[in-house]
Amino acid sequence: MWKTIVRRFLLMIPQLFVLSILIFILAKFMPGDPFTGLITPETDPSRIEELTEKAGLNDPWHIQYVRWIARAVQGDFGMSYTFKRDVASLIGERALNTFWLSFLSVILLYAIAIPLGILAGRYHNSRLDKTVIFYSFFTYAIPTFVLSLVFLYIFGYKLEWFPTSGSVDIKYEPGTLGYIWSKGYHIILPAITYAILGTTGVIQYLRSEIIDTKAMDFVRTARSKGIPTRKVYSKHIIRNSLLPIAAFLGFTITGLLGGSIFIETIFGYPGMGQLFVSSISSRDYSVITALVMLYGFLTLLGSLLSDIIMSIVDPRIRIE
Amino acid sequence: METDVLLRIKDLHIGFRINESFYNAVDGVSLTLRKNEILAIVGESGCGKSTLATSIIGLFDRSNTRIQGEILFKNKNLATLTEDQLNDIRGLDISMIFQDPLSALNPLMRIGEQIEEGLIYHTKFSSHDRKRKVLELLKQVGIQNPNRVSRQFPHQLSGGMRQRVMIAIAISCKPKIIIADEPTTALDVTIQAQILDLLVEMQQETGAGIILITHDLGIVAEVANRVAVMYAGEIIEEAPVKELFLYPKHPYTRSLLHSIPQMNSYTNRLNAIEGMVPSLKYLPRLGCRFSSRIPWIRKEAHEKRPALHEISPGHFVRCTCWKEFHFNKVKGDGTYELYAN
Amino acid sequence: MSFMRINNLKVHFPVRGGFYNTIIDTVYAVDGVSMELERGKAYGLVGESGCGKSTLGKAIIGLEKITSGSIYYKGKNITNKRRDRKSIYNRDIQMIFQDSHSSLNPRKRIQDIIAEPIRNFLNLTPKEENRKISELLEIVGMPEDARFKYPHEFSGGQKQRIGIARSIATNPKLIIADEPVSALDLSVQAQVLNFMKDIQDEFHLSYLFISHDLGVVKHMCDHISIMYKGRFVETGTKYDIYNNPQHIYTKRLLSAIPKVTPIGREKRKRERIKVEQYYQKEYKKYFDEHGRVLDLVPISRTHFVATTSR
Repeated sequence: MWKTIVRRFLLMIPQLFVLSILIFILAKFMPGDPFTGLITPETDPSRIEELTEKAGLNDPWHIQYVRWIARAVQGDFGMSYTFKRDVASLIGERALNTFWLSFLSVILLYAIAIPLGILAGRYHNSRLDKTVIFYSFFTYAIPTFVLSLVFLYIFGYKLEWFPTSGSVDIKYEPGTLGYIWSKGYHIILPAITYAILGTTGVIQYLRSEIIDTKAMDFVRTARSKGIPTRKVYSKHIIRNSLLPIAAFLGFTITGLLGGSIFIETIFGYPGMGQLFVSSISSRDYSVITALVMLYGFLTLLGSLLSDIIMSIVDPRIRIE
Repeated sequence: METDVLLRIKDLHIGFRINESFYNAVDGVSLTLRKNEILAIVGESGCGKSTLATSIIGLFDRSNTRIQGEILFKNKNLATLTEDQLNDIRGLDISMIFQDPLSALNPLMRIGEQIEEGLIYHTKFSSHDRKRKVLELLKQVGIQNPNRVSRQFPHQLSGGMRQRVMIAIAISCKPKIIIADEPTTALDVTIQAQILDLLVEMQQETGAGIILITHDLGIVAEVANRVAVMYAGEIIEEAPVKELFLYPKHPYTRSLLHSIPQMNSYTNRLNAIEGMVPSLKYLPRLGCRFSSRIPWIRKEAHEKRPALHEISPGHFVRCTCWKEFHFNKVKGDGTYELYAN
Repeated sequence: MSFMRINNLKVHFPVRGGFYNTIIDTVYAVDGVSMELERGKAYGLVGESGCGKSTLGKAIIGLEKITSGSIYYKGKNITNKRRDRKSIYNRDIQMIFQDSHSSLNPRKRIQDIIAEPIRNFLNLTPKEENRKISELLEIVGMPEDARFKYPHEFSGGQKQRIGIARSIATNPKLIIADEPVSALDLSVQAQVLNFMKDIQDEFHLSYLFISHDLGVVKHMCDHISIMYKGRFVETGTKYDIYNNPQHIYTKRLLSAIPKVTPIGREKRKRERIKVEQYYQKEYKKYFDEHGRVLDLVPISRTHFVATTSR
């Protein structure tokens, strides 16, 4: 098992290398550069040219790439052109914000979706099942921004239960209890929105898994032993039905850092998704490339994690 | 009720819902199972034999199944019991063995746990006693290293071993009745022989009655004491095993026996039955259900409402058409070749 | 005279693993099999699941890569030419599969299914093609209007007939039938087997009949080979195999087959147990130190057994 894990990590190196070249080229293909946004009617064109030259943006792309990758492997992803600060620490701060938001969202998501999926599957075709299906299609059909805005309007502006933007109230000092409480308070509304929007997939998947598993031969065997129905569910049906969800858990965990572009932008929450959008619109190359590299790495790590989780929960799957 | 009767099925009808109406897959079946007996139910796919077997202990989808008639066991009609009431009988008094032992075992549970499960709910054994009983059962079904096997998962065992485990589960609470639904169909012949021998051995040890569901007349000839042949939801012939194989009467039984490529015969052609089994929806519900497949028999030879007639002690045949049945060779020049009755 | 010769055919599958994903083991699916096939005869290939019988069939028709050995067809070595589309070999050797349902494309009409080999191998005008399809449907006893239907509209036995119609469309010399009746009910099985015998006589076909069912194989075949662990343990005429089995594996297999009569079953059971004990005891004598089946040794002109030479 350790051998496989080491091998998979080594295999990531060439994959990430190819990804980095692609990303670098694509970023360079984008029209404009970091200084386009600074141009005003009064700007001296030679000043822009000077800045561009100084930043090394006039060199051929491969030279720029080599310069970038040499630093990147040392963990230095350069400076953000727009934020004027170290990319690594910028991403680190945003990643932490996103992590807490996603973490709460995922917990809420599973807390809502798993019981609903199980109940809908168990009482297949009942009124309860139909209600759950209606709920899940409703949340599936409603666009992210609509639900977010509705929630913001009702709970943020009208009822004033929750703050409407940011990740923390500025009046608190970092490290204090109030600071932590304020952070948590800011997370709740976007997390609930995020969770509700994500439930459809899990509910539908789990529901159909339960319905399929109910008809499996081994469930019939379990019933033929005369064990109580609730035990048939808890020991046989539910466990087997959760397998595909466990298989996806690796991606879910690494996905926690990815953030949601829509939710973060609408709720004005300074996380990775929001950073990604703003860095693209301002052509902040160093941030874009660093972020895409990170997403690439997380995806590969997620698939490895999923494989490891599967080998733990399903005895039929073994990692040599 | 006679004292050696274990189970008595009376005029059982089991219908499945197809588009809002019910169609009977089992249509008026009556059967008796006695102690120390292996009763085989044979028939081709779709004849209702598996439906019959699984509904004895209520293993069907209740919302889409309609059951009428009586399944009498210990003075209780199993057909009217609730799921909870049935759970007191399943595994303890009546247990089942299924066809494909790989899909019939939970892939995520260790063998030991799966055998132990029935014991938890049907016995007062302590956890320690149950573990010991599991090892004992594994040994009993001929597994060499029960300690290791009980900790393994189903996919780690061979097909034959898995079916042995299924048998261990079935006999774990010393049931009065074991229902074996195609227990060897998924296995190779040498393994099949071992499993059948084991089944007979277990039956003799425990004195249980076995209902053996199969499509293989060879298996019936090797292990059964009594045989019921099913066609289109009905029993069309029932007899002690020797009687059935030596003096088959119903046209269907006789046709089937002649369509087996046998080891010890050198005939060039097999008997093929004309036409095919009508689907559940289009099954003729009146008259002799086999008549469409023996069209050369006069209409008057069939009964209007074919009943089972006892033509010798313990030998029942449905309809009267068997008296005029001869084998029909349609191929070739189109003439019928007559066989002596 | 044989029209096809198979020499020491081997199909090995590498098992990959380890840190560098290198070949760490080999599965010897078919491990040195030789056969000679004559026109108009039926050859049976019998063995338990995993013995390599299906792999051998697939290797002959070109669906499996051959590791070593050769296939001669009409005197020519065609071992590596089996995959050429439109070659004579591909036209003359056809296959019927066990699962007639999944081997027929569900989105194609019956006439297109049957026309496929015709279009591949025979240059016919559309009119001739049409006539050929009608002819084939008649041969397999299907009504003319079946050509416009789709596979799901037919029963298992009918689908198997359609599979047979497709396989005989190009007037093949050899049909490899991999468990053609295992999925069918007894009465339908009899229909298909009778029919396969009819067309064999009519078209002077050879069959390579792959099955686990010794009764079926005995009914259909003149010559039978028993396969175990990728090799033949015994090969001979059906009389050799059934009346004079020599290899311990054959004996055990034969004793395990249920007889369709209850008379003498107690005796058969005792016999079976005796053979099983003998098998456990004598097993080693019939295999070399690696557990490999020994080479075949002739004991008569037609009968070969894998045993130490005597």
